[in-house]
Amino acid sequence: MIAKNREREFWNGVRDEAPILLGVVPFGLLFGALAISAHLSSLAAQAMSSIIFAGSAQFIAAQLIGTGTSGLVILMVVFVVNLRHALYSASVAPFIKGLNTTWKLLLAYLLTDEAYAVTITHYNREGDSPDRHWYFLGAGLTLWSSWQLSTAIGIFIGAQIPPNWPLGFILPLTFIALVVPALKDRAGVAAALVAGLVGLVAINFPYKTGLLAAALIGILTGMLIERKPE
Amino acid sequence: MSIWITIFIAGLLTFATRLSFIFLLDRIKVPEWFRRGLRFVPVAVLSAIILPELTSSNGALFLSWRNPQLLAGIVAILVAWKTKNVILTIIAGMAALLIFQALLGLI
Repeated sequence: MIAKNREREFWNGVRDEAPILLGVVPFGLLFGALAISAHLSSLAAQAMSSIIFAGSAQFIAAQLIGTGTSGLVILMVVFVVNLRHALYSASVAPFIKGLNTTWKLLLAYLLTDEAYAVTITHYNREGDSPDRHWYFLGAGLTLWSSWQLSTAIGIFIGAQIPPNWPLGFILPLTFIALVVPALKDRAGVAAALVAGLVGLVAINFPYKTGLLAAALIGILTGMLIERKPE
Repeated sequence: MSIWITIFIAGLLTFATRLSFIFLLDRIKVPEWFRRGLRFVPVAVLSAIILPELTSSNGALFLSWRNPQLLAGIVAILVAWKTKNVILTIIAGMAALLIFQALLGLI
């Protein structure tokens, strides 16, 4: 019975993560091809996908490596680009409290934008379930395998993706499908609108700092509005 | 610094960032305001990703009714709001994108 529950949670995670793969796989192919054209070895390119495992940071790092930027600068850039993951970490933490260390390490490794978006939406909708970390694992592993595989294909076969490739649009579409139904009150709508507008204004901020600032200002707006008596 | 050391430390930094609060929240008591703020993380972060994607083209702001991604995004928002269904939203949004691209190409 318990095993059945875990299995169901796991496969629900796999199922819910699946649509987003259509948007992710082209980027994996592109990353593999780009890393090779930046003169990384096949092994180093694949290692970036499995060790760093963070799409945008990998693209920037591969380009910086290609132009001979110093390692220290690359590390600082990767750190800043990935800072938003601390927000994801704080956001999922209450839902996976009390798990053992192995689980926490595993789920932290799998905490990408795409796995986070799907998992947190599920957690906020479904409420309590003792096996919900299996859902996270299913979503995370699904994204992980497709990222590794698409990187490998990009490395060995290359990627010819036209510049206006429409499948890239699946990522924002999936995020729209996850966010819009979650907007249930004034404070949430305000947080989303302000974050979106700040992100738009800060579109040219380097290394995703605009995204980070936008998210933080949006969260603050939500909190301020929630505190005001109706 | 060799490429391998750079990749390895970059991986560790990313992992540590992702582990940060998952690890800390079991060990420290976080203040109440912090807890209240967490509810807004998903809607704020995802909106901050979505809106710039819809309103830009190759990294430059493209706020115009001639931007097919913006128009298709509005269709997707309406479909997501009405149906709460991920697959339907993706299909409607992609169809709208292709239609608007074709139409705007003709104008």
